Amino acid sequence: MAADNAGVTNPAIATTGLHKVYGRTVALESLDMRVEPGEVFGFLGPNGAGKTTAVKLLLGLTRPTGGSGMVLGRPLGDLATRRRVGYLPELFRYQAWLTAREVLALHASLAGIHPAGRGPEMDRVLHLVGLDGRGDDRTGGFSKGMQQRLGLAAALLGDPALVILDEPTSALDPVGRDDVRAIIREAQARGSAVLLNSHLLGEVERLCDRVAIVHRGRVVAAGALTDLLGQAAVRLRVTDLGALPLDAFGEVEDDGEGWLVVRGLAEDRVPDLVAAIVAGGGRVHAVDPGRRSLEDLFLDLVRAPEAVA
Amino acid sequence: MNVRLVLVIAGLTLREIVRRRVVWVLAGLAVVSVVLVGWGTERLVTIAREELVNELQIRIGVSQVLILIAFMFSFVLAMSAAFLAAPAIASDVETGTVHAMLARPLRRAELVVGRWLGLAIVVAVYTALAGLLAIAVVGIVSGHVPPEPLVAVAFLAAQAIAVLTIAITLGTRLPAIAAGAVTVVLFGLGWFAGVLGNVAVAFDATALQGATDAIRVILPTDGLWRGVIYGLEPPVVLLLAAGRDAGALEASPFYVGSPPPLAFVVWSVAWVALVLAVAITLFRRREL
Repeated sequence: MAADNAGVTNPAIATTGLHKVYGRTVALESLDMRVEPGEVFGFLGPNGAGKTTAVKLLLGLTRPTGGSGMVLGRPLGDLATRRRVGYLPELFRYQAWLTAREVLALHASLAGIHPAGRGPEMDRVLHLVGLDGRGDDRTGGFSKGMQQRLGLAAALLGDPALVILDEPTSALDPVGRDDVRAIIREAQARGSAVLLNSHLLGEVERLCDRVAIVHRGRVVAAGALTDLLGQAAVRLRVTDLGALPLDAFGEVEDDGEGWLVVRGLAEDRVPDLVAAIVAGGGRVHAVDPGRRSLEDLFLDLVRAPEAVA
Repeated sequence: MNVRLVLVIAGLTLREIVRRRVVWVLAGLAVVSVVLVGWGTERLVTIAREELVNELQIRIGVSQVLILIAFMFSFVLAMSAAFLAAPAIASDVETGTVHAMLARPLRRAELVVGRWLGLAIVVAVYTALAGLLAIAVVGIVSGHVPPEPLVAVAFLAAQAIAVLTIAITLGTRLPAIAAGAVTVVLFGLGWFAGVLGNVAVAFDATALQGATDAIRVILPTDGLWRGVIYGLEPPVVLLLAAGRDAGALEASPFYVGSPPPLAFVVWSVAWVALVLAVAITLFRRREL
């Protein structure tokens, strides 16, 4: 089908200069982002950076004041495209007087999933989020964590081409968070692109192929995690090194506290460096790959005043 | 507009009313009211017969009591409609339930019309059952059956539907409680304007009459209430009224001289459609 082909070749999300003003408040200054089909994309930013506004614009819940965007190759707010988009809202609340299966049946029906396929599909997503056996319970009796799992199940109904998850683990314990990572990987394996809006940087770091960091309504950094977090320095605690030349590995310096710092070294060459030191008679006590964490990057960007010049 | 989705939302609304036990509360209220009405009417008729009051007078008396009961029922119905319908959209927005639903291929118009349809069905069925049951019980204990019970019940339901349409519309922008309260105030103002209009007719106050006529067009609830009275009023009252100077009667909010004109009935239907269209427009423009 033409529409399916379009979904494969077009980016899952592409926006240019997306701008949103509420009254006098600028919620989103100018958003340029691109999410490829089938990738897990992390969307990060401090509170009030405009993440949820961006998500609402992408879903057509709010109209942009300026700029433009496409979701699955169609303009923002396109009704038919929403069949292929799953969404877990930040404030997930489902009809308390419905059972979990009834909530899913409602969403399956709104999404236009064929009635014959609804039963097995609901079983699949309930199992996926770990709610087997709870399908016939009223959601009013669910804990927040279970409600969030149900929301994830609803978002994943019918294998949408794009899944937008707004803080999907906010109500979950560490076990639940680990489950969600597995669920997101499964969705990716089934061909969905995932936009993950999260504060939990460790989670994003583990899951995402690429990220965008938004601050004060603009993207201040975007790209593959390896690129953003690259430029790291490897630190080694070495004795008996002598005058071994290590310049081939990068810029080398002694930090004065007994650590050797090597900059500009690709991660996969660290073992070669260690081997060379050992071969030269050096004794290696510790190796710290010293990759900058996403958290360091995030804090640097968000705290730097010039980031939003 | 996708009819399937409107029906999905209407069905969801009906299920909500049943699941949240609103139906049982309404049914309980109706049963209690009908029992009280039956008992009261029976006492009244028995006492009157013991006093050897003439049957025609008893009949007229019972017909007036029935109109009074219908008036109180219409008020309860309007309040129920207002407080059922005000949260229909407003609460879903406040709790965020609506976000997950509108991210699906569901138009806002389909959500509004579906909500309206579900509630209109509940209100119409409830009015029909409770209204006809009360009329039947009064008929059994007193022998008085109004000339047009179906017309009366239809106008009663139409009035409640008009009220619920206002409440849904206000609820697209206001919080549920505010929308409910404003609706009740508007309903009260409509009724008050109707009474003033009657007084204006009785005293030939043309300016006042013009103003109240305008209010009846803007807010047809009182005009619809007059349809209820007409359906409940025995012809003998009209004959009696015609036989003398009916000026004082015209001022009564429980008397009408003629049925609501067809043009008014048509306008009332159009009015509901127009207000619903306003609700859709307001909700479409709302930032979620």
